[in-house]
This record gives sequence, structure tokens and C-alpha cells, in this order.
Amino acid sequence: MSIPHFIVHDQADTVGVIVVEGVQGDMELDGWVMENNSRIKVVAMSDIPLGHKIALDEIKAGDTIIKYGHDIGKAVDDIATGGHAHVHNIKTKKW
Amino acid sequence: MSTKSFFGYRRDNGRVGIRNHVVILPLDDLSNAASEKVANNIDGCMALPHHYGRLQFGEDLELHFRTLIGTGCNPNVAAVIVIGIEPKWTGRVVDGIRATGKPVEGFAIEGHGEIKTVADASRKAKEFVQWATELQREPCDVSELWISTKCGESDTTSGLASCPTVGNLIDKMDEVGAYTCFGETSELTGAEKVCAERAASPEVGEKFMRTWQAYMDEVIEPHKTSDLSESQPTAGNIAGGLTTIEEKAFGNLQKIGKKARFIDVLTPAEAPEKGPGLYFMDTSSAAAECVTLQAAAGFVVHLFPTGQGNIIGNPIEPVVKLTANPKTVREMGEHVDLDCSGILRGEMDLDQAGDALIDITLRTCNGRITAAEALKHREYVMTKLYRSA
Repeated sequence: MSIPHFIVHDQADTVGVIVVEGVQGDMELDGWVMENNSRIKVVAMSDIPLGHKIALDEIKAGDTIIKYGHDIGKAVDDIATGGHAHVHNIKTKKW
Repeated sequence: MSTKSFFGYRRDNGRVGIRNHVVILPLDDLSNAASEKVANNIDGCMALPHHYGRLQFGEDLELHFRTLIGTGCNPNVAAVIVIGIEPKWTGRVVDGIRATGKPVEGFAIEGHGEIKTVADASRKAKEFVQWATELQREPCDVSELWISTKCGESDTTSGLASCPTVGNLIDKMDEVGAYTCFGETSELTGAEKVCAERAASPEVGEKFMRTWQAYMDEVIEPHKTSDLSESQPTAGNIAGGLTTIEEKAFGNLQKIGKKARFIDVLTPAEAPEKGPGLYFMDTSSAAAECVTLQAAAGFVVHLFPTGQGNIIGNPIEPVVKLTANPKTVREMGEHVDLDCSGILRGEMDLDQAGDALIDITLRTCNGRITAAEALKHREYVMTKLYRSA
């Protein structure tokens, strides 16, 4: 298979993980969904470093972020499709 | 898999070690200097300096003794010299280690002074090293391995690939009847209920939830001043793309694979007693504290997935390090024993990565030194439960 730009753990996830260096805004990214071995495409809104997350769909402030098919926290700001999803717009629901 | 074997050191108590250390073990902070002098005098032995051992009491003191005695009892250790400021607690550690049948001798500094103590202990250390160096490795089955795991400086690649690679190995080792162990109580927060479902019975699951809840109630809640950002997750975790403790926890939990179920919940440094299988140990998520406790419980080889590049080692339990982050492989390659970044490129699957990890683990058991051993990483860190009296 071609090398994916990002990987999604579970079909239900609302974010994917960038797994290559050099992702820039406006790039069309190829994503690999591990759970069912499918591919999806998302256009990056901005530069996103290796290991950081990309929003797979529009996320509203207050929405639960799903990764591994589970709740990993909440959005504290709106995140557009293809946006950089990180600590500036995601916070824990614990602690 | 079951036919795979390695060459290890079979000890008098039946356990199998993969290293043959002669350890100079200080009872307390005051005895570090003498211990290090002995290790400098005699080739082939190793001092394990640490910070504690004075005026501890209650459960904290019990944990101190359990950690020291467990370290000496670990089958990677051939023989032990214990040095303490006074004879009573020194003798308690010596007696605990002696139960394994291995050579052990204690020396107390009070009444003799450090110079004479170092001279006497050095003569005994020379004797132990010459004895230990004649011990031979012999064929041992993989089922005789005790394997621990803990991840560090994790990032999102840890949850995608390096932790699941360890999980693949754990599932395979569970099938052949090895002892395996994971820990990191606080770092399962957010995934604690999913973790509890991986217990072998409802009773064990409830024991896990009580242990996790106690850590929250007694450690985190009374002391936290924020949402713990930059502590849990660490600043390194965040730089690597992790955002919350929940996200980190689900990545962490990938280390126990898909099938294995944990059969008991251990207190810190407690040796497993329920037979072969996967165990959870109540530990801090700080790397050196956790690995020190697992080594003290008798685990002989450690699997350590990292994302951003934690460089930890342990003096007696070799730490095999793996990463799936291609940038870490490129920039910090000297710390990496297994590069599994190919998973992210679709070049290898988890089954292949798990087999590659088994291969490097067995080579480590046969005597190949790990990256952390070559770099002399010997982080020996006691877990302290509260201030001394």
C-alpha cells in the first residue's frame, strides 16, 4: 500500500494521527483506517507536525473527541475539518 | 514459539536470570559512598546507590525493604554485598536475600568506620565475582521468562505501533506460560474501565478499580494544583501530539495486547504468586520508579516503547527499547533496540513486529547488551510513599 499521511485507529474516531513529516496547509492527505483497512482523504487546513492530530470532520466546542473508539477528552474550541487538533483546542475531562 | 529457548543462568531457587551481576547494595543513603568504593575496587561488580533508607516507617519502610530485598533476589543477580550504616536493618536485607540460596554478605559501618568496611567488603566482593564468573549459561525455555513492560515519553506513534507491538508479544508469551507485568496506575486514567474489563475475573477487576481509585484519592486529588498538563501528559508527550491523559491511557493500554487477561493486582515491588500469566502492578508512571519496582518483583527483561525518546535503563533488568517514531529513530538511534516505524508505512504488520520484538528480546536474554546497557543507564529509583519520620 502507499504510505499514508495519517492513520485512524477506529472507524468511529473523529481525529487521525499524522505519521509523516512535512504536512502543510492545503495538502490533500491520504488516511488509513486501521480497524477496517479502508482509506479516506482529508485536506489539511494548516501545517501539522508528525504525531499531531487532524480533525476528520467538523468538531464544535464542547464535543467529545473520539480516538481508539473511545472518549479522550473534549473540544474547547471549534475545529474545522482538516484542522490541527491539539492542546489549544482539546482538554481532558479528568483531573 | 514454545520451542524457542535461550541461554540463561539457572539459580538455586529455580528462577532463570539473563545477567550475572554481583551487586553492592547500600541499605541507606549514608552507605552509597562505601558501596561505590567497593565497586571501584573490584572489577565485575556494580553499586546501586539510592537516596533513602533512614527514618522511614510503616508501609513506606516495608516498601523500602521489599525493593532492596527484591533487587537482591532478582535472578539477574548472582551474589550480593549489602552495606548499611548499622547492622540490624542491614541484616534484615541480607536475610531476605539469603532465602534464594545465593551468596550474600552484610557489612555495617558503625563501629568500624568506612575505610575498614570498604576493605572487608572488597575482599568478599572479589570472592563473589570470581565465583560468579564461573557460572555458565544453560538452555532455558521462553516460558521461564519474566517480562515487564512500561512505556515512556510516549507520543501518538506509541499507541499506533510500538505499544501494540509489545501487546502482540505479551499475547504470544501469555500463550506459552511466561510471567508478564504492566503497571502505571495513574496513566490508565480515562481507560481504567476498559482496563478493568481485561481482568481474568470480576474479583481481580474490582481489585484493580480499588487500586486505581486509591491512587486518585490519596495521591492525585490531594496534591494536584492544575489539570496536570506537562506532568501527565508530560511536556514531551504533548510535543509528540498527545493532548489528554485519556488519550495517553488508551495508547498505554495497547501494551497488554488483545487477548491476555491479568490474573492479579500486585502492590509495588510485590512478587507474583498466582503462577504464569499477566499481572498488573500498582506503580507510578515515572519510568525509573516503575522499572525499579518491576525488577524488585523479579522480572528479568523489560520492554520499553517510546515515542519521543525516553532513554531510561535499569542496573539489573535490561531495558529493550522500541519506537515507531521515524524522527526518533533518526535523531536518537543510539537509544533504540527495535525500530518498528515500518508499521506506520504499512511495511510490516503487528504480527511481524511482535515476532521481531521476540527476536531482539531473546537475543538480549542470550547476552546481547541493550542500547541502555551500552550507554550505562542504571537508573535505580526507590518509590517513596511519604516523608520520613
